[in-house]
Amino acid sequence: MLRSIISAALALIFAVASVEPTLAVEPDEMLDNPVLEARAREISRQLRCVVCQSQNIDDSNAPLAKDMRLLVRERLVAGDSDEAIIAYLVARYGDYVLLKPPVQTNTAFLWAAPALIFTFAAGMAGLYLSRMRRADNAAADERR
Amino acid sequence: MKRILFLVPLALFVVLGIYFAVGLTRDPSHMPSALIDKPLPEFDLAAIEGETRGFATSDLDGEVALINFFGSWCISCIIEHPVLMDIAAREGVVIAGIDWKDKPGAGKSWLDQRGNPYVFIGDDPSGRTAIDFGITGAPETFIIDHKGRVRYRYAGPITPQIWQRDLKPLVEKLRKEGDDAP
Repeated sequence: MLRSIISAALALIFAVASVEPTLAVEPDEMLDNPVLEARAREISRQLRCVVCQSQNIDDSNAPLAKDMRLLVRERLVAGDSDEAIIAYLVARYGDYVLLKPPVQTNTAFLWAAPALIFTFAAGMAGLYLSRMRRADNAAADERR
Repeated sequence: MKRILFLVPLALFVVLGIYFAVGLTRDPSHMPSALIDKPLPEFDLAAIEGETRGFATSDLDGEVALINFFGSWCISCIIEHPVLMDIAAREGVVIAGIDWKDKPGAGKSWLDQRGNPYVFIGDDPSGRTAIDFGITGAPETFIIDHKGRVRYRYAGPITPQIWQRDLKPLVEKLRKEGDDAP
């Protein structure tokens, strides 16, 4: 009984996992040149769909995301570098269009925060431990 | 000294708490436009099918104007439309329209049915000019000053309240700026 349930569950997991995720990129959008197309996909994954906000334009079915994908491919064919294409969209939509926030003055705290918090926590822990040791030593001295 | 050290985590907690509490009141879908105080993007759009005059960047030279992105497919634009009609008729503000990703002829019949508040209308079937403006949805409205710079962007349908509260005072201020300039 238990075995059949497990094998059924495994079969289900396997079936779900083996299904290709549906692509938002339509075949007629794709470039014939596989190198350029791969670059287009890579760039698209870094750009936010400004309509749906938490998706990149490569995954999004929104019409605006499609327009942006076409734009990315058009600029690639025109010979733009990846950076130039991303800068082109940032100039129009702001940093918001980037899914990964850039390191610059207004995001310095964001990027530094993990290190700062870790340093603070490590400092506090060190302080606590050294106090404990001192207290232990003092207690040991008293007992002597 | 020891006491103060104990208060540090509490203080941090309070600071972060205030930070996040303020953050929660903000609307994450509201994004500032990257175009503010920048010159109008360059475009030269053809007329929509059924009209003769298109819309280009140079058309607005020296004029404080509104540029409104609309589409016959856009539901909120129907709500906004009478407000634009009113602004054009009563306030004498130049409103230019960009028909965003519409089917040929659809924009024209939409305007024939409801009235046309626009002095210029450009057709943007590919949506490329919309991307140049950093559009995230329709309707969206930009206020342009007399030097052809983008000064304000409003995303969503303009209501009479929003016009009175935000857009009208700015239009009046920009007109004054234009008059004072030599």
